[in-house]
Amino acid sequence: MTPAISIRQVTKRFGSVQALAGIDLNVQQGEFFGLLGPNGAGKTTLISALAGLVRLDSGHIEILGCDVVADYRNARRQVGVVPQELVFDPFFSVRETLNIQCGYFGIRQSRGRDAWIDEVLENLDLTAKAKANMRSLSGGMKRRVLVAQALVHRPPVIVLDEPTAGVDVELRQTLWQFIRRLNRDGHTIVLTTHYLEEAESLCTRIAMLKAGRVVALDTTANLLQRFSAHALRLRLSQDARLPPALAQRAEIKEGVCSIPFERFDQIEPLLAELRSCGCHLDELEIGKPDLEDVFVRVMRGQQGSALS
Amino acid sequence: MIGFTTLLYKEVLRFWKVGFQTVAAPVITALLYLLIFSHVLETHVKVYETVSYTAFLVPGLVMMSMLQNAFANSSSSLIQSKVTGSIIFVLLPPISYQAFYLAYVLAAVVRGISVGVGVLLATLWFAPLQFVAPLWIIVFALLGGAIMGSLGVIGGIWADKFDQLAAFQNFLIMPLTFLSGVFYSIHSLPPFWQQVSHFNPIFYMIDGFRHGFFGVSDVSPWHSLVVVSVCFVLLTTLTLVLLKRGYKLRA
Ligand SMILES: Nc1ncnc2c1ncn2[C@@H]1O[C@H](COP(=O)(O)OP(=O)(O)O)[C@@H](O)[C@H]1O
Ligand SMILES: [Mg+2]
Repeated sequence: MTPAISIRQVTKRFGSVQALAGIDLNVQQGEFFGLLGPNGAGKTTLISALAGLVRLDSGHIEILGCDVVADYRNARRQVGVVPQELVFDPFFSVRETLNIQCGYFGIRQSRGRDAWIDEVLENLDLTAKAKANMRSLSGGMKRRVLVAQALVHRPPVIVLDEPTAGVDVELRQTLWQFIRRLNRDGHTIVLTTHYLEEAESLCTRIAMLKAGRVVALDTTANLLQRFSAHALRLRLSQDARLPPALAQRAEIKEGVCSIPFERFDQIEPLLAELRSCGCHLDELEIGKPDLEDVFVRVMRGQQGSALS
Repeated sequence: MIGFTTLLYKEVLRFWKVGFQTVAAPVITALLYLLIFSHVLETHVKVYETVSYTAFLVPGLVMMSMLQNAFANSSSSLIQSKVTGSIIFVLLPPISYQAFYLAYVLAAVVRGISVGVGVLLATLWFAPLQFVAPLWIIVFALLGGAIMGSLGVIGGIWADKFDQLAAFQNFLIMPLTFLSGVFYSIHSLPPFWQQVSHFNPIFYMIDGFRHGFFGVSDVSPWHSLVVVSVCFVLLTTLTLVLLKRGYKLRA
């Protein structure tokens, strides 16, 4: 099957900044793909390049087999991009904005087109605002319109650049519900976000970018397994000390000792070891693997074999 | 094709929605020029035997308003959407750069002609006009509007900020339009300035346009047509090259 997005040997430099330093990446059709990384890692530049907003220094990007430079018109028809910046055209109402956007993509005014716009409005809770001028909308509402604009031409590939930055809980939930549904219907989704729990629950595969390079690329499950583990989190009583064998394995942060383990039947011997050396505990909980852990480790440069 | 017509429609709608500012205001400005200059100069200046000064002034003002507003339309639309970031809405869709060019330039021509017709109607009371060769009127109106619409596209994509565009307008467009024989015949100028005027393409637009009204002009309308057409082709080519490269639009 043709990949939804194929990125090969992509580089881009802005003056002295190497924004993209040789990126290779394939996103398969139907995937819910996460693009993570700290600010300045190159996520937006990569998205802009695949949307044709940024010209590459070298390398190629194809969307469903269409080169974004040589075959830009077909490539652009296949992709809907929700930009990171909250931009809008103050001259028009929500519905005018969406009708115009449809026209730009060559979609003739028809009952089918109106029905789809209505459906998008409905799903993003925008129906009541359809006639409102863009200027009068709150930030969250403008963000919804940006999402709607990216979807008007029913693109098979949908790219969202930090769609939930500074957005209230309600919109996040509405948005993810809708995007999940589109993904179930076969749309490929690419997402960047700083909310790692969001990425963890939504994305089946994740690439982590750092300084314009992919430093980790794997399924979410594998990344979690590889870089994060279940851990016993202990807060020791005042004078208590961990036995040396455990202290070696533990990681101590803000007074909490985390002792990783792989299987739940390893807990009992761990506790027995603590008891046998008379170590008193104030608090105990079992920590689950999480993406934040993975992210921190990968970014610290312990990537090892993070690429697979 | 639908992409193109939608972009054209949107560009026309954009100025039409604020028509008071984009069409009515320039008509009033032109009317003020007419009142002042014709009052002061009517009895002192006679350019052509058969044409009163006020009548002579009208086509010049019509053309000047058309040119300035055609430039203002494409340039302000582009700089506004660049500054606000909403330019991406026209950069993301599969619109070819040729269609992009055509939509912005045609919208500029539509704005120019709307203002031009407005000025013409508003000045009908002040001087009896003739329309000796209407084809020349139409040809020079279209070519002039398209040239300034193209220049507006170039200015709009070149400028990063409003004040850079204002500089472009104040130091290039305004002097060229004012020093082009709107208010006088260049034959009344000293020889040196006559020579200089012959390097100003806008002089030919106005002279040819005026020929359509009165059948007389400083140079032959065919001569003007050649100069103006060459400008049009050069500017169109330059604009298309810039758009194809994505100069200052695609980083
Ligand atoms: N248009 C531009 N001009 C100059 N530098 C840029 C431009 N766009 C991005 N950069 C730089 O490229 C790097 C990557 O930026 P970006 O792709 O926005 O990162 P991210 O989206 O991951 O936060 C940053 O150092 C940024 O300053
Ligand atoms: Mg970004």
